[in-house]
This record gives sequence, structure tokens and C-alpha cells, in this order.
Amino acid sequence: MSSSAESNLAWRHRKAAVFKGFCLTVTGLAVVILVVLLYQVSVIGLPWLDGQFLSSFPSRFPEKAGIKSALAGTLWLVSMTAMIAIPVGVLAAVYLEEYARPGRVTEFININIANLAGVPSIVYGILGLAIFVRFFALERSVISGALTMSLLILPVIIIAAKEAIRAVPSSLRQAAYAVGATRWQVVKAHVLPSAMPGILTGIILALSRAIGETAPLIMIGALTYVTFIPEGPMDEFTALPIQIFNWTSRPQQEFHELASAGIIVLLVVLLMMNALAVYIRNRGTR
Amino acid sequence: MKQSHIRYSEKLLEILFFLCAAISVVTTIAVIVVLAVETYGFLKQVPVTEFLFGTLWTPLLEPKSYGLLPLLSGTMLIVVGASLVALPIGVASAVYLSEYASDKTRRMLKPVLEVLAGIPTVVYGFFALTFVTPIIKIFLPETHVFNAASAAIVVGIMVLPMVASLCDDALRAVPASLREGAYSLGATSFEVTTRVVLPAGLSGIFAAFVLAISRAIGETMAVTLAAGATPNLTLNPLESIQTMTAYIVQVSLGDTPAGTLTYQTLFAVAAVLFLITLVLNIAANSIMKRFQEVYE
Repeated sequence: MSSSAESNLAWRHRKAAVFKGFCLTVTGLAVVILVVLLYQVSVIGLPWLDGQFLSSFPSRFPEKAGIKSALAGTLWLVSMTAMIAIPVGVLAAVYLEEYARPGRVTEFININIANLAGVPSIVYGILGLAIFVRFFALERSVISGALTMSLLILPVIIIAAKEAIRAVPSSLRQAAYAVGATRWQVVKAHVLPSAMPGILTGIILALSRAIGETAPLIMIGALTYVTFIPEGPMDEFTALPIQIFNWTSRPQQEFHELASAGIIVLLVVLLMMNALAVYIRNRGTR
Repeated sequence: MKQSHIRYSEKLLEILFFLCAAISVVTTIAVIVVLAVETYGFLKQVPVTEFLFGTLWTPLLEPKSYGLLPLLSGTMLIVVGASLVALPIGVASAVYLSEYASDKTRRMLKPVLEVLAGIPTVVYGFFALTFVTPIIKIFLPETHVFNAASAAIVVGIMVLPMVASLCDDALRAVPASLREGAYSLGATSFEVTTRVVLPAGLSGIFAAFVLAISRAIGETMAVTLAAGATPNLTLNPLESIQTMTAYIVQVSLGDTPAGTLTYQTLFAVAAVLFLITLVLNIAANSIMKRFQEVYE
């Protein structure tokens, strides 16, 4: 009897060990996928990545093609999106955390923001097409793209900024109020500075999302073949992910290789932003 | 004088901040109005029964037909395939992260998941087309160049980090006393995980599943690049299909004048997409809220 109980126990422990091994393997799979993806892209793309690639306009001939206009367009798009979305997002968070009285209206706005964060990006593209491109007749311009992108990343910024503001100890606020500071003085001099690392992390992650988004830009008609650099907010533009999409959707192998080279540039930019966000977050928590 | 001036500007700032917060509500209203108006125009010309139950979607070819089912079935193929990849792997990684991994391992694995989550979807589309599809073709040579399977696999990889980290949160919210109680009765780690921790974290895991499905439905670039542009009422993942999102992209790549029926199909399809994802997101949020209350 006891020997069967012992073997049963051994069996149970073996089962647990197998289960642990399974979970470890599967988790390792995520790492493997990331490595394979990066390896694949680098092997195909690196030979194409040179100064000529960065400084040329797109072309029908793969060996002459480059991402100059795409890089410039992405830079335009991100800076304008940042100028619109950062102030609006942070101030909205300030309102919801520092000013709004708890109640139905505030609750509704908060639920609404949570739901907006889950709306597919292409629906924002449709909205941008109907409102900015057609209704306000901004056409396929950088400003149409930036406004659309701003709506897309606003929920991300607001949610991150709200969390950062909520983490500020209320003793800080009370001390400032006690010496007679007004609400805005409290926010400006105490709440925002001490919530800044969290807010900045959220902003960087939101902007890196704006850099990588493709679908909304296709919707508002960002062009795929642009051989000039936008000089103002009303100019037409292309962006890095659009250029990558365009090259990927062509059948020729050379264009796939160009797409890889474009992806390397895109991923390097995003990884640097990610690293910056992690750095700020770690410094902030210390 | 000074006092009233301060009070004045304080009030003005409050109103300004409120307007910033109100933009989110305006956005929602704008989405609903835009989709509703154009969808209404569309449904005036195409009967709603044809739109929802028709089995042929050919708005760009003659004879034109506006049955949504092929796009819905395409989307469902992607969702099912992506779920088969993301849900089991996501839960197993979450179990490893929360039950087995040391703090050091966690600190190494979490950034990997964050990087995977931050890779743009167009990159996953490229990956599907140039890496996953050729691999599938080695095993199943009859596979089309554009096929639902490879798109579904990369969409699964895309939503995997979200599933893993939400499930990890859910499992870590299970009180340690429950685990300690089970261990002290002599249970193995497998028994503790499957009979105590997973059941206790079930609602959080379920919410993660619902959110993952919602994300997979709304995914656009990977399916546009890898799954094809053939509205196809099929269950065969090796064939070329078209999802709702991919159709929207296909039409907007061309030049479609506003006011035409084709232009309105964009909004009708987007309205269906918006409604489905909205319902799923609300469901997930309410599941999560309930599960948070249990442990507070």
C-alpha cells in the first residue's frame, strides 16, 4: 500500500516538474520569436542600409530608392502630434485627477477614455478621413495626419498621466495648500514636477506608438510615393511605416529587402525611445 | 483687486482643463455620428438583411454585391487562429512569470514582452509574408502566397505580450495565503497552480482573452499584407481571405470619391467593426472591475 502511495507521490512531483518545464519552454518561445524576427530582418536588410538609403527619395529602381522623404514625414508627423497631444493629454489628466469632483460626469469621462483606448486604430483613420480630410478640408496634409494621430494616442497619454498624478502623495498637496497656494500653483509647482517621470514615460511610449502606426495614415491618404520633403503643415507627406508597407506589398524580392532596411531604421528609433522610457522610469522610482 | 484676479484666472484654467478632458467625449461622439450618418446612407441603398446575411462581398466588381459574411468569416478565421496561438502561450508564460520565475528572471523577461508589444504591426506583416508563409509552405505546399494561417499566427504573436502581462497581473493578484495553504497541505506546484491559482485568477484571465480577441479583430496591417484581398466565405486557413479591416485599407488605397456607395461601404464596415470591439472592450472592463473588487 505504502509503496503505491510513494509512487503516486513521485508521479505527482514528476508531473509538476514537467509542467514547470512546459511553462518555461513556452515563455522562452517569446524570446526565440523576438530573436528570429530581429535576425531575419537584419540579415535581409543590413546590406541595403547605407548613407545612400537614408538620403535618397523612393524610386522605381530598388538600388536608387531610399527613405529620405519617409524619415522627414515621420519627423514632421511626430513633432506636430507631440505639440497637440502632449498639452491636451496632460491637462486632461490634471483636470480628471486634481479638479474634477467625483461624480457621474467624471466617471463617464473616465470610462469613455478607457473605451477609446481600445478602439481599433483604423477607426481613428476613418474618423480622420471624414472630419479632418473632408469636413475641415485639410486634405492629405501633415496636419490631418497629426490631428488623427493625436486623437489616437490621447487616451494612452491621459491614462499614463493620470496614474502618475495619482501616485503623488497627498501630503505634498496639503502642505502647499496649507501655506496658501491656489490649486493651479499646487499643480504647477508640486504635482506636475513630482509626477513628471511617470508622465514622460507615458508620453514617450505614446509617441513611439504614433511612429509605428500605419493604418490610420493609409486611411487619411498619406501618399506612398513622395519625392519631396514637406515644408509646412499643409503639405502632403509619407511616413516610414507607409514606405515599409508599400515596399512589402510589392512582389519583387529587392523591394522586400528595402522594406527590411526600412524596418531596421524604424526598430532602432523605437528601441531607443523604449530604452529612454525605461531609463526615466527607473530614475524616477529611485 | 489682486485676489479677484487670481480667482478669475484659476476658474479660467479649470475651464480650459475641462475642455481638454472633454475632447475625449467629443471624439467618441464624432466617431458615432460619422459612422452612423454614412452607414445610414449606405443602408438606404442596400437592405440591411443583404448587408448582414449576404454571402457575397464584391463592392468593387460587377455585379456588385454587399453581403458582409465573407469579411466576417475572414475576420473570424484570424481571430480563432490568433487565439489558438496567443491564449495558451500567454497563460503558460503568465504562470511561469508569476509562479516560478525568480525576480531576476522576471526583470529580464518583462522587457522582452514590452519590446514584442511595441513592434509596429506593419513589421509583423512583413514577418508573416517573408518568414511564416514560406515555413507553412514547406509543410503544406498547396498553401496560397496570401493565406489566413500566417496572418493569424503573427496576429497571435502580436497579442501574446498583452495576454501574458494581463494574465500575470491577474495571477499575482491572487493572495499568497491561498498558495501557502495549498502547499502546506502537501500539494505540488502543478496542483497549486491548476486547482488554486488559476481558478482564483479566472476572471482576470477571461478578461485578457476578451481583450485579445478584440485586438485581433481590429488588427489591420498584418492581415492586409499577409492574408490577402479575396473576400472568401471559407474555413480553410490556407486560402486567401479578406478581413473587415483589410477591406477598409484596400478601398482607401484607391481614390474613392466621397458620397459614392463604395465610399459609404467603408463606414458601414467600420461601424460593424467598432460595435463588435466596443462590446468586447466593455465586457472585458466590467469583468476586470468585478475581479478587482474580490481582492480589495
